[in-house]
Amino acid sequence: MDRRVSARLTSRIGPPIRQPFWDVGKLLLKETVVPENAIAWIFNAMPIVSFAASMTLLLYIPFGVLKAPLEGYGDLVVILYLLTLQSLAMAIGGFASGSPFSSVGAQREMVLMMSYEMPLATVIVGFAVLYKSFSLTTIASTPVWGVAGPLAAMGVLLLFIALLVVTPAELAKLPFDIAEAETEICEGMLAEYSGRNLALFYLSDAVRGFAMAALEVVLFFPFTLTSMLNLNLTGTPYYVVEALWFLFKVMVIYLLAITLVRTSFARFRIEQASMVFWVYVNIIALVGLALVWLGV
Amino acid sequence: MAKTQYYVPVGPIHPALKEPIRVEAKVEGERIVEVDVKRGFAHRGIEYMGMKRNAIQTLYLSERICGICSISHPYAFVIGSEKALGIEAPPRAQYIRTIIAELERIHSHILWLGVVAHEMGFDSLLFWTWKGREKVLDILELLTGNRINYSVFMIGGVRRDITESQAKAIKDMINYYRIFTEEMKDVFLADPVYKARTRGVAQLSRDMAKKLNVCGPVARAAGLRMDVRQDNPYDAYADIGVRAVVPQDIVGEARGDAYDITLVRIYEIEQSLDIIEFCLEGMPEGKIMAIPNYVALLAKIRRSEGEAIGMHEAPRGEVIHYFKYGNKRDGPVVWKVIAPSYNNINTWGPLLLGAEVADIPIVVAYIDPCMCCNDRVAVVRDENGRIIDPATLHLKAVEKTRKLREELGVRE
Repeated sequence: MDRRVSARLTSRIGPPIRQPFWDVGKLLLKETVVPENAIAWIFNAMPIVSFAASMTLLLYIPFGVLKAPLEGYGDLVVILYLLTLQSLAMAIGGFASGSPFSSVGAQREMVLMMSYEMPLATVIVGFAVLYKSFSLTTIASTPVWGVAGPLAAMGVLLLFIALLVVTPAELAKLPFDIAEAETEICEGMLAEYSGRNLALFYLSDAVRGFAMAALEVVLFFPFTLTSMLNLNLTGTPYYVVEALWFLFKVMVIYLLAITLVRTSFARFRIEQASMVFWVYVNIIALVGLALVWLGV
Repeated sequence: MAKTQYYVPVGPIHPALKEPIRVEAKVEGERIVEVDVKRGFAHRGIEYMGMKRNAIQTLYLSERICGICSISHPYAFVIGSEKALGIEAPPRAQYIRTIIAELERIHSHILWLGVVAHEMGFDSLLFWTWKGREKVLDILELLTGNRINYSVFMIGGVRRDITESQAKAIKDMINYYRIFTEEMKDVFLADPVYKARTRGVAQLSRDMAKKLNVCGPVARAAGLRMDVRQDNPYDAYADIGVRAVVPQDIVGEARGDAYDITLVRIYEIEQSLDIIEFCLEGMPEGKIMAIPNYVALLAKIRRSEGEAIGMHEAPRGEVIHYFKYGNKRDGPVVWKVIAPSYNNINTWGPLLLGAEVADIPIVVAYIDPCMCCNDRVAVVRDENGRIIDPATLHLKAVEKTRKLREELGVRE
């Protein structure tokens, strides 16, 4: 959908919606080439680590009214680590590939990670302050807007804005796709990856995109359709309607935070991106945190 | 601890540089500390081919020198040939030539704006500008029958007239681009992200521009008021009195960076629209070819002798063609082409040094490089006048190096 909407925004038609599946299928069939001067085992292990991290991440996020399979075994902090683990896996894979493009890309990824982790952590701390808990289940069970007072609600809004800005960086999308800049360093960390390894990175990227948007929905818009419209649904229709509603919310957030932004911005330079996160987004997030703290 | 240094090779195959040239950058983190530009990957021998053909065939061969400026080289060719042969094109043909050349400038500049937006990851702008460019390509197709390699110029005139209905279509196009350039000013010049990525990037001072002998929009962006249309006016430009577009006239100062060059290019599109409007209004009546019969034209060329230089201000800078006719041949005896990218590529070395890796695509793209314009054949003859083939030349070079090493006492 992302590519389709982005194409529509720029007067193009775009690929069919099932194109990503074809891409992955084709990559899985292709040969995996390991560069001569790469550290082969790290090079091959990192896509698996990245994919495993993204799949585990998915297991921590409640899908609409369905509870997360791993709820109770971790909380927001684990999610934060899993998100970092993926980026780290990509950066290590880039360093291990031994290509100058990948090395430059990996360096950029590290700098970018250092920049956006702080606001991301601030958002999570903000929620912890509000709920006195890091548990996603607790947060998901009661909508944030009901818990927060007017002052804290403003704080939560600021935290939401900060998280929206962090999202494209977390997912390495424009304007923060600096680590993969196609025209500068030929996809950077992924320059040397091919075949199955690339397919795994591709999949983990896609899963991470979904997970990030879903996380935003769970944190900020956990309203169910049945409670909003006072519907009296039970059994399978209830779950189906709620699942579709959840998917719709995730899609809206994804389109807003990623598709729209990546269509309307140019790529930043690394120091400009760091500036954005360290100064502007950090200020927004910290002010949000302070408001939440005062409002509780 | 010593910092790790990497070699980042850009080209001959690279997403930022689709042309056969290699930029080797040694980087320390993000900063480039050493840079080497290697060229000469393509060998076409087009000048050599031209000297084997008759002048009309060579004219259409000259269109193939460049993929984008398919009018710039024929324009310099016909001007040079006409000077050398003593033929004067009818005034109407001169005006038509000017209109087509300016239409080409519009499409080339819009193309460049799209490319530079793509280089900084702004693909939406690329699609938008290229969509806007379709209009001028349609008009060129309407006037000449082709979207590229128009084949409309002829020594002593043009091959197609502009009719009333075509003139009306051009006027509609002018109205369209008047609005489009205003929009471009908004999205390029007023956009904070575009400004952040281009202000201070690829900054070429006035002195540096003079020293590096740059030409075209690159020189004008650095504040040098140079334009062939202004300095050596030809055809309809002589009646118009073109004034070179320089940033100091628009914003008060010239910094010579990638932002200024965008500024110059967008304002040049406006200038081109004015020129086309002027030509359409003041178009003289009359014939469009001095010698309409090709056989008579070739016969005249065979009888003539002379040499001349033809110059034209292409969208990228000045194109210079040198000609010598004579020896009872119906084609040029000597044909030498100088394309603007040859001068402008000199800026890459000094500008990339100290820049960031992220700026490589912008520095590379801002001169609008064209490698196929640069690839000229060099013929080396020995003392007996025989042409030396590349293998022999290589052997001779190796021998000479050995001799020099022996003389200097240098060991391997």
